Amino acid sequence: MSRTWLRLSSIAAVLALLLAACVGDNGGGPAASGAAASGAPASGAAASGAPASGAAPSAAGAKGAIKIWYSNNAEEVTWGKAVVAAWNKDHPDEQVTGEEIPAGKTSEEVIGASITAGNTPCLIFNTSPAAVPQFEKQGGLVALDSFPDGASYIKDRSGALADQYKFTDGKYYQMPWKTNPVMIFYNKTIFAKAGLPTDNPPLKTYDEFLATAKTLVAKGGVQAAIWPSPSADFYQPWFDFYPLFIAQSGGKQLVEGGAPQFTSPDGLAVAAFWKSLYDGNLVPKEAYTGDSFADQKAAMAIVGPWAIAAYGTKVKWGAVPVPTKDGKDPKDIHTFSDEKSIGMYSSCKNLGTAWDFLKFSTSKDNDGQLLTLTGQMPMRTDVAATYPDYFKAHPEYTAFADQASRTVEVPSVPNSVEMWQTFRTAYSESVIFGKTPIDQAFKTAADKIKTLVSGN
Amino acid sequence: MAVVAAGHGGRMRRLFGRDPIGYAFVAPYVLFLAGLFAYPLLVALYISFFDYFFAAPGAHVARPFVGLDNYAAVLSDPVFQRSILNVAEFILINVPLTVLLSLVLASALNAKLPFRTFFRVAYYIPYVTASVAVIGVWLWLFSGGGLLNGVLGPLAPSPSWLVNDVLAMPVIALVVTWKQLGFYVILYLAALQNIPRELYEASEVDGAGVVRRFTAITVPGVRPVTTLVVILATIVGANLFTEPYLLTGGGGPNGASMSPVLLMYQQGIEQGHAGYAAAIGTVLAIVVMAISAFNRFVLERE
Repeated sequence: MSRTWLRLSSIAAVLALLLAACVGDNGGGPAASGAAASGAPASGAAASGAPASGAAPSAAGAKGAIKIWYSNNAEEVTWGKAVVAAWNKDHPDEQVTGEEIPAGKTSEEVIGASITAGNTPCLIFNTSPAAVPQFEKQGGLVALDSFPDGASYIKDRSGALADQYKFTDGKYYQMPWKTNPVMIFYNKTIFAKAGLPTDNPPLKTYDEFLATAKTLVAKGGVQAAIWPSPSADFYQPWFDFYPLFIAQSGGKQLVEGGAPQFTSPDGLAVAAFWKSLYDGNLVPKEAYTGDSFADQKAAMAIVGPWAIAAYGTKVKWGAVPVPTKDGKDPKDIHTFSDEKSIGMYSSCKNLGTAWDFLKFSTSKDNDGQLLTLTGQMPMRTDVAATYPDYFKAHPEYTAFADQASRTVEVPSVPNSVEMWQTFRTAYSESVIFGKTPIDQAFKTAADKIKTLVSGN
Repeated sequence: MAVVAAGHGGRMRRLFGRDPIGYAFVAPYVLFLAGLFAYPLLVALYISFFDYFFAAPGAHVARPFVGLDNYAAVLSDPVFQRSILNVAEFILINVPLTVLLSLVLASALNAKLPFRTFFRVAYYIPYVTASVAVIGVWLWLFSGGGLLNGVLGPLAPSPSWLVNDVLAMPVIALVVTWKQLGFYVILYLAALQNIPRELYEASEVDGAGVVRRFTAITVPGVRPVTTLVVILATIVGANLFTEPYLLTGGGGPNGASMSPVLLMYQQGIEQGHAGYAAAIGTVLAIVVMAISAFNRFVLERE
């Protein structure tokens, strides 16, 4: 018995040593954090002086080779390769290596893990604004304001829309890059089959939309009028509730000035509208395994301009702005941006090159190239006027370009992902599954969200 | 071959046994276990006592010691409580079903059947197929407009299987039972080979029928494997993630199929509450160990 105990204690001692060795050699490890915790400010406080944002002024000028990640869809890979090749040709001493972002459940998960491991590339051309507060808290991002022309470059390129991308501390931890303003895409063949007009269909008001949805399911031979994913993922509201809330409220974010906005009459009206669609079995409560719009199981979809390339030849489509309660003028309708930003990451050694490449890749020419190759809108003031030739050749993108000037982003607040998850849970239980009255579920969620976004 | 050892050698022998070379053979696996299981487990335990989140190396961040706060928060979280009840429901359906089906199937496959090898392989295939691919098929079977509801017609449940808070978890338990069955059948097949044929022959001479032979010889004969199957199935159940993540759209409907590991993923990876997620993991590990110890006690007592 005593020998067994002796062996067990030897193994425990070895493991303890191993633990101490492993956590001791890493500043980010538990041992270091424990030390940092003593006398540290209260929990939830943002990373005090994230390494690079603190170190940026001295490192800002460093030049040399850098690595970047871009998204893994074919169009963006083509764009990324072309931009990297063009840069490398003229900068033999500051070579850029471009790679597709490694596969994972989500890009945000990959980036979060990479920040912890300290092996992020200098730039990631696929940074979700909702994840930026968390990356900042992790000390993973460089504040772009630390470059002398940082804030002015962003402001000049994106205009007033850029303000939505500032964090609560007033800094830019992301460069707004490209947007996919969401609209209602509809299948003209199914509309015709249901006896509905295929140009300017009745989809402006909630009443019109509801009546059209009923007709589509009754006569159009589709299972669903529209089929947003009913799953509980935190980001799903961006493609059902949020665009309609933005439109109905005249461009409000989910949270403004620390106060949740979705309990307003506008927010409740949007929720009631979706509930009526679910209750009428016009929108299924189950997820569809493929693409319900492409498979013609749903007559409509909430999508951005990427859909033109995706569905262009398969479906005879039309696009209209998202509906509002009483049918606002399309020129007044705001929508969700579905934007992706460029993040500069703190493990980068050659920040000077990273900043120069960031500006190069978002130049007028390279933004134009992005538009041409992907159909996604660069976050520039007045895209339509900047690239007139493109829109002349591709008039189908014009409505999206017009909509791009009236987009609203997710709020850049602490605990952003948890905020969205809280909202989604309340929405699921009240709107999709009807277990709780909407106002009650939203009120409870709003109280929790108010605390979350205050950073506590 | 006995070696006479005295003094220092004797102490060494007392400490490391007669054949210390054995330690060298097990060392690689012990290191593997220590590095990939024991170390993360200890770190998780450590993290669970802090308001911890993962940060960049060298970042100066506050991760204050919070004692048992994470545990208090986890245990009073209605979502966690619901997830534990969900997993309990899962285990209550999945474990008995797994034991019963795999033992019956293994006994059948142990008999002289035509195409026996084909069946043995066929039952194993789901186990080695990627969950994501398999779930696509089950979604097609169980969805509102799916094959099963088509067959059931007016008898189809409303709301349909995967969005019905009563039926979602049993469906998941059924899918996991089906997927894992092949592995447990193999375990039972191996155990069945070890039961002496003479026992069956003797009982047959004594006039025992098929059922009696099964209950009096087969079931007690494979009892150690049953213990293993019950423990493994419980652990698989406690680690449930992919099925509620994909089959019921993230633990839906409305949290009815939320599992502790899915909650751990949401909290630790998506929302950055590593301390809270680590506390969930620790509680889960303790619960699984307690259930396994109880199972072992019940199944192995003579």
